[in-house]
Amino acid sequence: MATKSKSNYKKMAMSPKEYQSFAKSMEPPRSILGNCLKAFVFGGALCVLGQAIQELYVHGMGMTEEAASNPTVATLILMSVIVTSLGVYDKIAQWAGAGSAVPVTGFANSMCSAALEHRSEGLVLGVGANMFKLAGSVIVFGTVAAFFVGIAHLILGTGGQ
Amino acid sequence: MIFLWAFLIGGGICVLGQIMFDVFKLTPAHTMSTLVVIGAIVDGVGLYEPLVKFAGAGATVPITSFGNALVHGALTELHDQGWIGVISGIFKVTSAGISSAIIFSFLAALVVRPKG
Repeated sequence: MATKSKSNYKKMAMSPKEYQSFAKSMEPPRSILGNCLKAFVFGGALCVLGQAIQELYVHGMGMTEEAASNPTVATLILMSVIVTSLGVYDKIAQWAGAGSAVPVTGFANSMCSAALEHRSEGLVLGVGANMFKLAGSVIVFGTVAAFFVGIAHLILGTGGQ
Repeated sequence: MIFLWAFLIGGGICVLGQIMFDVFKLTPAHTMSTLVVIGAIVDGVGLYEPLVKFAGAGATVPITSFGNALVHGALTELHDQGWIGVISGIFKVTSAGISSAIIFSFLAALVVRPKG
């Protein structure tokens, strides 16, 4: 038995590159179609939830659609933070993939989980410094893109609208 | 009817993200950044607003709407205040999303006991 495992071990000795291609060949095939379907269903359902919350603000509290979008986003973010704090969002994300990552709840999840993860390092160096660890790239690229779009409108003289 | 379109368009944008994950092997950070830039460009050519009218939360809940909101703030300020609006307007519309995410996450970090 011992010799057998030893020979097995020898067989496994390979360069990192070989190992990587070997590991890749042993990966369970990821069903892209299945993942897309899950992302579609869950992401779509989150958007329906968002629409329902918005209708609630519009019809229940008499807001205009435009005015209702801010509290709608804030409500979704609050829900996401609560679900993340309970440790459930990660489990949902395992199943839903991009369906839970792409909606604004995923943005809030990335900030909240970073804040919780680094809580033990203190409020300033842990929570404060790490909250945007994942969400930061979204804000940076969004801001830079918005700047260039604005500049393009300025140059083209479309006046912004 | 708006609920159906919200489901279809919102789900469709998520599928776009899933395809970036699975087919192009992008990390979540790369995928989100790409989607935000796409949202910014789509609003830049004036097509995001019609999508919001058509699909409601299907267009405003996915992260692409964050790019749309950034551009929207910049362009509205550009219209009202002139060139400085490109700088000063960017975060005007998105304040609710970013501020609430910061505040709620911070409060959660105060209240929730870290695991392990």
